[in-house]
Amino acid sequence: MTSPLLSAAVPPMHGVGAHATRKEDDRYMRGRGEFIADIKMANMQEVAFLRSPVAHGRVNSITPPEASKANVFVAADLVGVKPIRAVSALPGFKASDQPILAADKVRIVGELLAACVAPDRARAEDIAADIATDIEPLPAVHDMLQALQADAPLVHDEWGDNVFQQTFVDGDIESIAAGAAVCVEREYRTSRQCMSPMEGRGVVAVWDRRLEQLQVYTSTQMPHIVRTGLCESLGLTHEQIRVVAPDVGGGFGYKGILLPEEVCVCWLAMHLDRPMRWIEDRREQLAANANCREHHYRVKAWADARGKLLAFEADATVDAGAYSAYPFSACLEAAQVASILPGPYDFLAYRCRAISAATNKAPILPYRGVARTGVCFAMELTLDAIARAVGREPSDVRLEALIPPEAMPFDNITHKHFDSGDYPQAMRRAMAAIDLPAVRRRQAEGEADGRLIGLGCAIFCEQSAHGTSVYAGWGIPMVPGHEQAVVRMTPDGALEIRVGIQSHGQGLETTLAQVGEQVLGIDISRIRVVHGDTALTPYSTGTWGSRCMVMSGGAVAQACRELQDRLIDIGAHLLEVPIEAVTAGRGQIATEDGRSVSYDEIGRVWYLRPQALPAGVNAAGLEVTAGYKAGRDSGTFSYAAHAVVVAVDPEFGSTEILDYAVVEDGGVLINPMIVDGQVYGGVAQGIGTALYEEMAFDRNAQPQASTLADYLLPGATEVPGVRIDHMETPSPYTAFGQKGVGESGAIGPPAAIVNAINDALSPLGAEVCQVPATPRRVLEAIAAARAADAPQPVDVGIATGASA
Amino acid sequence: MKACAFDYRRPTQLGEVREWSASDDVRLIAGGQSLGPMLNLRLAQPETLVDISALSPLRGFDEQADGLMIGSAITHAEIEDGLLPDVTRGILPRIARGIAYRAVRSRGTIGGSIAHGDPAADWIASLAALGGEVVLYDGRRYRRLRIADFVLGAFQTAITPGELITAVWVPRVPAASRFGYFKLCRKAGELAHAIGVTWRHGESGEARYVIAATQGRPIVLEHDVADDRDHWMASLERQAPGLDALERQLHIDALERALTKSETL
Repeated sequence: MTSPLLSAAVPPMHGVGAHATRKEDDRYMRGRGEFIADIKMANMQEVAFLRSPVAHGRVNSITPPEASKANVFVAADLVGVKPIRAVSALPGFKASDQPILAADKVRIVGELLAACVAPDRARAEDIAADIATDIEPLPAVHDMLQALQADAPLVHDEWGDNVFQQTFVDGDIESIAAGAAVCVEREYRTSRQCMSPMEGRGVVAVWDRRLEQLQVYTSTQMPHIVRTGLCESLGLTHEQIRVVAPDVGGGFGYKGILLPEEVCVCWLAMHLDRPMRWIEDRREQLAANANCREHHYRVKAWADARGKLLAFEADATVDAGAYSAYPFSACLEAAQVASILPGPYDFLAYRCRAISAATNKAPILPYRGVARTGVCFAMELTLDAIARAVGREPSDVRLEALIPPEAMPFDNITHKHFDSGDYPQAMRRAMAAIDLPAVRRRQAEGEADGRLIGLGCAIFCEQSAHGTSVYAGWGIPMVPGHEQAVVRMTPDGALEIRVGIQSHGQGLETTLAQVGEQVLGIDISRIRVVHGDTALTPYSTGTWGSRCMVMSGGAVAQACRELQDRLIDIGAHLLEVPIEAVTAGRGQIATEDGRSVSYDEIGRVWYLRPQALPAGVNAAGLEVTAGYKAGRDSGTFSYAAHAVVVAVDPEFGSTEILDYAVVEDGGVLINPMIVDGQVYGGVAQGIGTALYEEMAFDRNAQPQASTLADYLLPGATEVPGVRIDHMETPSPYTAFGQKGVGESGAIGPPAAIVNAINDALSPLGAEVCQVPATPRRVLEAIAAARAADAPQPVDVGIATGASA
Repeated sequence: MKACAFDYRRPTQLGEVREWSASDDVRLIAGGQSLGPMLNLRLAQPETLVDISALSPLRGFDEQADGLMIGSAITHAEIEDGLLPDVTRGILPRIARGIAYRAVRSRGTIGGSIAHGDPAADWIASLAALGGEVVLYDGRRYRRLRIADFVLGAFQTAITPGELITAVWVPRVPAASRFGYFKLCRKAGELAHAIGVTWRHGESGEARYVIAATQGRPIVLEHDVADDRDHWMASLERQAPGLDALERQLHIDALERALTKSETL
């Protein structure tokens, strides 16, 4: 008898890899979190903002009624307050000044005109409603392609055009194209979206007279960066400001920005010398504040007769809105498009022009997945178009050009350094998970209800935790360097970890504790992770770019190792043996013959019985600050293959997701349950991008949705059960081989789902090239295919202002 | 946003309603599932809100030989849960179950929904087909109007200042009747983009088809019901001229789907 092959490993009980339940869930699940709107202070006043009703106009006058004059503040009142300015060092970047309160011109609907102060929000809104305004409307730039036309109105008069910045990548396309068997050409568009965390923005500010310091509570992903930004706008120094991020109910990028509202509320708190608060409502979130995702692509791709990708050319535009948002700037998204469009493919020639266009819309922010969701859509739809052109399975066509595992680490055509991975295997496993042959059989048999079955896939990489070398090139206001962590053993042997990143739903209070547990062997129930307070934590650029487990996790590991050296030193002394004779175990220092001293005891000795310490003990004690940078800071490359089966109703244009499989490689997983949660949540948001979410604007750049009845988010019934299969290729550059994996789930769904829809529609010769793939867009594609002799993609040029 | 300040009255006697509600600056509120958001968005700014949910005459029902009188403050959930006699062979609970989300159904009322006059409202579409009526009371006298006549357009009804809906009349559905209902929504619980209803009386053979959620009043085909798409399309084009070709197509398809899926009760 041969022994069976036991391939599955039992997950560890503790530390890295443990399926630990989330420490923070105890308070969240009991409704005991403390979010920004839970903070109450004596004498606190509420702020409501009068916002611009027009997208573009000259402000002639703002006149509050006599009775409420003392409660209304306009731009002229904010003496010494500077506009928000996020400049990039990229060549040709044009800077914008985002006013705190608009003075002469408004450039977006919802721009702040006046701040109204009252004991409660309703009365503050009453005051706002009675303010008379005289705003002379100007022609608005409602669309990014319109913005680039010669006769377009100017968002910033002094610029001469509406281009924040252009990025070029050039290559010798022509010599490759000449020998290619197949060429496909497409136009794609991803719609403008509103990032919609359950909790919106909000800020509470008060001047602390004892500390002579402004205390700012704000719902942010980056308290330290907000502090720096507030210093610049308010003319204060860092020691005059403390920023606290309390419990934060989701961010996804929406809370990675310094808001004019934050600056204004801080100024009011100082000027009126009493606590002030502003809590964003859903209408402000949807119709006034930052958006994301709006890209347009014209692409041309060449392949050989088997569909192997040879060359790719793209003309990309990003609608960056009216202002360069702090700190990520108006260039990050478009510059990323140019550099990451090649995705996980190895091909011969690449050319891209990416433009950041200014329009009379809210600033664009990097949303979960940042530019990757758009570039994945453009690249993966094109690969499916190639597959149809050569008559092969889309997954097989991808296998022709995916970077092979033996090439790792691999520098691609835009010099992105892929650290590790087996992309072809991920693709094959995704096809196995979705059962490709069974889906093709079902398609061939047809459905009794007349619906059309389609199978779609997408494969992509997620560069994460990229550091100094990457961001220095973009030269935005914030360049990440060494990430730091402070670890401190308490007198009773518990561990406090202080980090400058912000946990806003990721479970970092648990996963960073697991890192501490891995190194020191202290149970996570005795490890407290402190974050979200500039007074208590080391400076950090915060939580973005899926960087926390790599960067902050690396820093915590390093600090814990240094702390462990000190524990060994004291422990060996207490055991009266040389340090070579002891080992650090679970919560204790032990000798080979079984004697031990617990961390509790070492803690007590350091703090309370120092007479027992060894001579020459490290005077820094049981508190360590350590900094960390990955072995290479070009980023970790996690990746995933998504496969989806849909049923499309050709009569109504509606799409139902029948099956969804994800093969994910996030390197070594610190907590597999949390990674699964990240994938589920990301896919839900990706389904929103693919099928539901769209903020449409009319020709006057008026946003067309102001409630969640008009702006559709997928709900529980629209999100299928997602099946996840993990690969674990360790990153060679990180502390435990972990990779950032927080955004991946949101990247693939638009491409995979629309590929599935187009697969379903292929018998009709119809193709959808825009997300969300609303029923109306599907029907228009079918109608266009019927009208044309040959299959034709639907025009996705200048937005008409119509919404489905 | 927060609502403007308003006075709040909660009468317990039907007679009191008129005292408060005869002015333009008054809004009646029952479940508040439509008016609540409108107040918060300041789209409605009444000086006085008269809460009719405590009026016991509006919370009852009366089963009669030929149908059921439902108090206007009965909630969708109460109908869904079968707390009232069902004279419709399952149609009413089925329609109730498809309205928005359970949280909305728990508070929203049948009378409030009809009074709101939303073109996409399930009760308006389904009861227009079944021949339902509203009972209106202005403090002095009652009058009855067919649902199809009560709704004049999008959010426009025949209700006059000082009047309120006290009850909704639903005719009894005899055996062998056929009913089909199909609504097209982008996602579960959202308002419909198209509703098709088909209805044929099991005894008289009388039939009514309804095309609803057209941005206007429901289109009722009754004397000229023919299972003929071209005929439907002609009615739709005549009565809902604002729709574009794709929208018209969706409405006709929805009606056809309702007919295809209709069942004998």
